[in-house]
Amino acid sequence: MSARDLHGPGAPWGPHEPGSKANVDFKVVGRAHAKVDGLAKATGAAVYADDIVLPGMLHAKTLRSPHAHAKIRRIDVSKARALKGVHAVITGDAMPMKYGVIPWTPDENALAVDKVRFIGDPVAAVAAIDEDTANAALKLIEVEYELLHAFFDPHESLVRAEPAIHEGRKEGNISKSVQLEFGAVETALAGADVVVEDDYFFHGSTHAPIEPHCAVATYSPEGVLTLWSATQITHYVHRALARVLELPAHRIRVIQPCLGGAFGGKSDPFSLEFCVAKLAMLTGRAVKMLWTREEVFYAHRGRHPMYLHYRSGATKDGKLTGVDAKILIDGGSYSSFGLVTTYYSGQLLTGPYHFPTYRFDSTRVFTNKPPCGPKRGHGSVQPRFAFEVQLDQLAEKLALDPIEIRRRNFQGDFTRTVNGQRVTSNGFLQCLDEVERASGWKARRGKLGPGRGLGVAGSMYISGTNYPVYPNDMPQAGVQLKVDRSGLVTVFTGGNDIGQGSNSMCAYIVAEELGIPLERIRVVAADTDLCPVDLGAYSSRVTFMVGNATIDACRKLREKLVAAVAEKWQCAPSRVRLIEGLVIDLDDTSRSLTSVEAFHLAETKFDTLGSTGSYNTPKLGGDYRGGTIGASPAYSFTAHVVDASVDTETGRITVHDVWIAHDCGRALNPMIVAGQMEGSAYMGLAEALYEEHDVNRFGLHRGPSLLDYRLPTSLDTPEFRALIVESIDPEGPYGAKEAGEGPLHPCLPALSNAIYDAVGIRLKHLPFTPAKVLAALRAKQESAPLAAQGGKR
Amino acid sequence: MRGMGEYQLEVNGDTQPVSAPDHWTLLEVLRYRLGLTGSKQGCDKGDCGACTVLVDGKPVLACLTLARASEGRAITTIEGLMPAHLRAGGTGADPLQQAFDRCGALQCGFCQPGMILSARALLDRCPQPSREDMRDALSGNLCRCTGYTQIFEAIESAVAEKLQLQPKLRSWEAQRAAKESTR
Repeated sequence: MSARDLHGPGAPWGPHEPGSKANVDFKVVGRAHAKVDGLAKATGAAVYADDIVLPGMLHAKTLRSPHAHAKIRRIDVSKARALKGVHAVITGDAMPMKYGVIPWTPDENALAVDKVRFIGDPVAAVAAIDEDTANAALKLIEVEYELLHAFFDPHESLVRAEPAIHEGRKEGNISKSVQLEFGAVETALAGADVVVEDDYFFHGSTHAPIEPHCAVATYSPEGVLTLWSATQITHYVHRALARVLELPAHRIRVIQPCLGGAFGGKSDPFSLEFCVAKLAMLTGRAVKMLWTREEVFYAHRGRHPMYLHYRSGATKDGKLTGVDAKILIDGGSYSSFGLVTTYYSGQLLTGPYHFPTYRFDSTRVFTNKPPCGPKRGHGSVQPRFAFEVQLDQLAEKLALDPIEIRRRNFQGDFTRTVNGQRVTSNGFLQCLDEVERASGWKARRGKLGPGRGLGVAGSMYISGTNYPVYPNDMPQAGVQLKVDRSGLVTVFTGGNDIGQGSNSMCAYIVAEELGIPLERIRVVAADTDLCPVDLGAYSSRVTFMVGNATIDACRKLREKLVAAVAEKWQCAPSRVRLIEGLVIDLDDTSRSLTSVEAFHLAETKFDTLGSTGSYNTPKLGGDYRGGTIGASPAYSFTAHVVDASVDTETGRITVHDVWIAHDCGRALNPMIVAGQMEGSAYMGLAEALYEEHDVNRFGLHRGPSLLDYRLPTSLDTPEFRALIVESIDPEGPYGAKEAGEGPLHPCLPALSNAIYDAVGIRLKHLPFTPAKVLAALRAKQESAPLAAQGGKR
Repeated sequence: MRGMGEYQLEVNGDTQPVSAPDHWTLLEVLRYRLGLTGSKQGCDKGDCGACTVLVDGKPVLACLTLARASEGRAITTIEGLMPAHLRAGGTGADPLQQAFDRCGALQCGFCQPGMILSARALLDRCPQPSREDMRDALSGNLCRCTGYTQIFEAIESAVAEKLQLQPKLRSWEAQRAAKESTR
């Protein structure tokens, strides 16, 4: 049964029906609490994948392709196998079954079969007594390659089908192409008072979690494979292992230990997971593989580079009439989530503004580069950048305030987008109000002195996706509760805590619902043997879906607790309240029980105490092919104002302040929400100013280290001001929506718009390097009439 | 062939015999010989700071330090803070660790052992650091989750607790307070 409609956004207890909006008296929710795993992380006690050491454990390493595109003529591993200390060497033929996170596009092998598609493609794996021996063995593997023409420019892949990067596809080197039109765009643009048409470029960037990928496997004498992996989606790894290893899924257990950051970069099943599993099965020993930082860069799955062409029309008073987009997406060498990325690049732009008409034409192509995939704000950060800059260009043409044009196009709450997506709560206007107020927009804009300006941008993002990557009608999220006679409640969830705090979120909800202190709750998560299925940490779905499933499980358990106590007290169940470790009678304050006593009563009356809960999405989406991609049970909304200055001598940009207003529905823990907002803005700024993931003309990564790929340090990072907007969604857990990805989006266009405000140059090609700034300043000076020179704009 | 070395290291107050290949770094010895896995490997080339430990009270990158070079010095890893605090008569974890927990500074937590040790060293030499002091002291520790704000807030919270100062309102707290006052 779907739990979707069973509980409203209100507090569980109060004078009205449980969950009624009128119940506002939360005991736990809405306050700042520490995380359930905070102290373990602060003291070094938390166990991450690479902290796992098992008796007799072998260490595995991967041989990678030195060529961007080549056929494998011959591999000889005999010398490597003969090296002392080497226990097993495997190549592609050990696991020929192809896989892919999207079941329609299985085009990856654990190790290359017949050909390699980028520099870094895994070719062979060695398990040895230690890493030094494994590395020595890699050098003894002989591979003969036949080089093929390599594609590095997506424009070439668009028109040239041979040599095919993936053979046997009728679309040549095109990975996915989507054209959708909603309403008559050409007519709408022809009737507009003003039209802006321009090109934008969004470069590649990568997640760079501080923890590199790592996996450990054991294979028991009974034939059970156990894999500990730094993954953010245990369930899909479980399925992929069963497929590639050709083992029944019930003989596989996947556990996600404490995870050192992911941001989408640990969403795909990865080569190392299959390799350690296979090597453990072959050797009868535990096997670990830890990727080097360089290997993490090759594994990539980061932000897709996109070439974006937009045309937008508006009336004189600033109302949009139509938006037309044409997007070329550089997918790199494999499909990964690319089918979804291609749809998302168009489907997720249709809010928070009302588009009367809209069309997009998005094509993803293969190139011989590290494969792209989902990075925080999957597929939608790039079009959002282009469009929000274009919206600023429209405002400029119409002499409208950039915040005002955004207000005028607000789509409203409880509405439907032009592409048929249902929008429920929508706090975007409050987001604009908050950043306008906090940044001092009206008083400060235009008065910051030369070279300094303010820019604004908005965005919308999904709180989970309505449809799982493999079609099924089972719940998207499941939770089990187990009650111990000591008063401890254990929550079992398949949800992946990747640092965002999802385990803590479960604990907060249980504490709220059962009226027990947080310290009496433990969370066991992301272990496929112990926990019910959850689809994992992607699409910003966990709080919404696992949260709802947790409420569902709690309500079922609490019904038993209340019934047992009501029976003892011979009173109506409506008089029984679970609150702050006690059970009280609302009408007779002289009697109460501890929650432990209530647990005992309920166990006596019913049975061993526990419950299950689940969440599934309602049927949503547009009525056309692809109309369900981008459908979400709720959307979050964000607005940013960036305060930045440009040094016109050096081209260096300094960001002084970022105000982030985000509508996350109800903030279950405002401190965690603020942390997500600040971290998102940080990551957006990092992409805008410092980071660039690219290859050179041979296909070699331009700088696969954390020194060359420059993550902002504490010295590079400005102040972030998190401003929380709570629209209270009717379907979210207590009204909550996502906060982990949405707040990234507006950062880049708001910065571009701030730079325009500061020095009058439109930066449309990311990243905003000093060289690009200087070139734009020069171009502006050359094109400006002499009389206008010296002025700010 | 590389040689094996036998030597003694003083880690978290205990002097321990170590037998490890000569080329092993302090990080390798801590993690693979002494089982102290709190120090993390993020890049293995001195770029990220996740392996930061204190050597004679100063932050050092354990992945760039040969283990043998630390002989005769006092090494503190993240695992050493809480026992030291307990030995000194305190309760629970080191107040700075507690502040990181309390303030949400721990998201994925992978950079935090290094981050907390760098911050500990800062507070030991500068009991009331400004944000600029913090930015400077933590600039060798990359955090990919927080944007650093909540890390600064955690340090400020620890300082406020120790010096009995009123902690500064965080942006979202100030926003709430403003809303409530206009109601």
